[in-house]
Amino acid sequence: MKSAAFWGALAAIFAAGLALTGAVANEYYYNALYLILQAALMAIAWNILGGFTGYVNFGSAGFFAIGAYTTVALNKALGLPLPLLILAGGAVGGLVGLGLGYLTLRLKGVYFAIATLAMAIVIETLVINWSYVGGAKGTYILTPEKHLWFDSYIQMLFVVMLLLTLAAVAISRMLSSSRIGRGLAAIRDDEVAAECAGVPTLRLKLVSTTVMGAMMGVAGAPFPFFVTFVDPSSAFNLFIAVNAIAMPMIGGTAHWLGPVIGALLVGTTQEIVKVTVSSEMNVLIVGVMLVVFITLAPQGIVGLARKHLRRRKP
Amino acid sequence: MSGELLRVTRLSKRFGGFVALDNVSLSVRAGERLGLIGPNGSGKTTLITCISGALYNDVGEIHFEGRDVTRLLPHLRARAGIARSFQIPKPFASMTVLDNLRVPLEYAARSRAAHGRVLDEAMRVLELIGLVHRAHENSAGLTQVDMRKLELARALAAKPRLLISDEVMAGLAPNEVAEVLAILRKLNNSGITIIMIEHIMHAVMRFSERVICLDAGQIICEGTPESIVQDAGVQRAYLGA
Amino acid sequence: MFSADLLANAVVAGILLGGFYAAVAIGLAIVFGQLDIVNIAHPAFIIVGAYIAYILNSRFGFDPVLVGLLAAPAFFFVGALIYRVYFLAFERTGQESLSGLAFFFGVMFIIEVVLILIYGVDYRLVQAGYIGQTWRIGFVDFPLRMLVPFAVSAALTAAIYAYMSHTFMGRAIQAVAQDRLALQLMGADPVRIKQWAFGLGIATAAIAGSLLIIIGPVEPSVGRLYIGRAFAIVVLGGMGSIKGMFIAALILGIVESMVATFAGPSWSPAVAFGVLALTLALRPAGLFGRQ
Repeated sequence: MKSAAFWGALAAIFAAGLALTGAVANEYYYNALYLILQAALMAIAWNILGGFTGYVNFGSAGFFAIGAYTTVALNKALGLPLPLLILAGGAVGGLVGLGLGYLTLRLKGVYFAIATLAMAIVIETLVINWSYVGGAKGTYILTPEKHLWFDSYIQMLFVVMLLLTLAAVAISRMLSSSRIGRGLAAIRDDEVAAECAGVPTLRLKLVSTTVMGAMMGVAGAPFPFFVTFVDPSSAFNLFIAVNAIAMPMIGGTAHWLGPVIGALLVGTTQEIVKVTVSSEMNVLIVGVMLVVFITLAPQGIVGLARKHLRRRKP
Repeated sequence: MSGELLRVTRLSKRFGGFVALDNVSLSVRAGERLGLIGPNGSGKTTLITCISGALYNDVGEIHFEGRDVTRLLPHLRARAGIARSFQIPKPFASMTVLDNLRVPLEYAARSRAAHGRVLDEAMRVLELIGLVHRAHENSAGLTQVDMRKLELARALAAKPRLLISDEVMAGLAPNEVAEVLAILRKLNNSGITIIMIEHIMHAVMRFSERVICLDAGQIICEGTPESIVQDAGVQRAYLGA
Repeated sequence: MFSADLLANAVVAGILLGGFYAAVAIGLAIVFGQLDIVNIAHPAFIIVGAYIAYILNSRFGFDPVLVGLLAAPAFFFVGALIYRVYFLAFERTGQESLSGLAFFFGVMFIIEVVLILIYGVDYRLVQAGYIGQTWRIGFVDFPLRMLVPFAVSAALTAAIYAYMSHTFMGRAIQAVAQDRLALQLMGADPVRIKQWAFGLGIATAAIAGSLLIIIGPVEPSVGRLYIGRAFAIVVLGGMGSIKGMFIAALILGIVESMVATFAGPSWSPAVAFGVLALTLALRPAGLFGRQ
């Protein structure tokens, strides 16, 4: 995709989002769109480490909850405005990503995967034992009175999340087509060969875990204002972690567009199933889609599309 | 041209109870063409893996251009000018042939590459190796022969001072062997020191100025190609007499 | 707060708990330790085992341990089948590191959600004569709901250990991991051996599940807490060593029991990660692994 077309498309999507807030008042749509965007942001973040670098993170919900609970704590302690809370969530998430990567990335990749899973449980244990942010019982968050020029707070949150997701798409695209992106892909394809080609593998992997952690922290930061009641079981929900893996895997991990396509497809399906069938079914569907796709179409939708295009032009 | 480029001193490496390298010492002059031979499992690949840094030796030291690199990380050795090809090709399978070369050009050779000319330089290397017509193909789909050429091309793209080629000629047809030998000779003329591991005897013997023979982790013989061919120990190691 | 009988009880409870953890980890010691397959769905299979024990116990009053033994062959076949899929889709194509991991994550998630869909998130338990009883020696308690799982788990560990070291198949499984040459000399097909070993690993989950539900009530998401524990034990035990795994399980059980006694039970889920992180940072080959 040409650069001008790409930035034009991002601007057009953002403008469309703004226009929507002027035309539609029904809050249900903003709720649904917010959830889809949140899942997309998580999927894009997961893919930076999982897709570009080849390391699996099972603990996405932990990073997400770090962002959410950073907001809870700082909102209660200092009452910071939303943009600062988002920055703080990103900073804490990035730091945890860096620390976890530093601890485990020098070992075989599977240890990193296991460590992420265990990390989510440890952070959950910490939060459960931390009464200041509500402990196991959870806590209520008051939605601020102000919502700029928007009709409702949820409309503003939707626009904020749209902006964050578009920024993540841009970062992900820049990363994948840059020198760093080629270094990450080299690590994913063959780490030994990458080192022999001069790629500083540990440092690049740490860049990757840090960016991923920061993006996930950012995705979680506005969450308390969206749900207004946060407890460990909602912030550390396994569903968040499964979505973060399933969407890139279904969309295709090798390309920056993969997680976006996967998130739109799976996220939209989920919102429809939630309304028409039941919310338990919508949880099951993503698990089944994940297993079916990685077994039968390991390159995801982007991979299928590429194969199709190649076959059409001889 | 006669300065010492690489010195390996009393190198040992064991895997569990298996001694892969046992007290190996050698020295390579700048600009030299050194052949490294020995039966399978004799420790050739372990030796060059220790030199390029993907494995750390247990005992001994490695000096490159007078600098102790024994504990240096592999990517820093690549930057210092040590490049190798892999016996079993390890292409960056998700990338095109051209992008495979961009990685070493943008990392290992970064301080030495002309900025903004990475693609031109990559094409020049492909031209030299004879892979230009495959530049935009996916590297995973190459034939075995082209994959071996890509190995060599990627090592070259790191702009090394020392190039270690690990059986790049295995499986090539005689005319292709001659072609690769000519390329290596040309590189050597431009000042690159070359260590060649090869099973195709006539190729090593024709190419090398000096040959070292390893057996069971030890250097059993060292000398000119002519003297090696006549060495009783080498014949025993190869023919099992 | 601190007293001798509290400490003694904590240590004994830890040993009993750790013995049970060996049953949780032994399947993973085979599948992850020997075959290098990162089956994070293993605890989910244990939960399935627990639910089967619950169903047959509440319907027909079968003893849970008996149900675990009876269900093991069925689990073996399911395991062998799953390995087939895993091999064909991922191992053969070299995609086990990314897609293979995600595959087991998906399997784990599906098992959990299906159980929730059918049985909800209520805690389920089993009835057996020994569950409420406690033996008392001096001031130390031996609750039978802990002692029975400990004994069954120790027997299971001993049986697997004997199988691994004294049968052709057991030695072949160890050869798959360590010595491909010996495997070729034995004339064995590595894929079939791995399939057998994977089946064996999953079969142990049936028994571990029945023990889990004897110890206490179970709901579908409990399995997740055992992922960190099982992997911590296998890594600490030195990847695939059965003896090492059993000692590591006892260590984790004792540490967790101490933490639960002296810091509070809500902290115990974090212990496994602490053990895992320390092991990976200080001695990745584990306590009993070859460096």
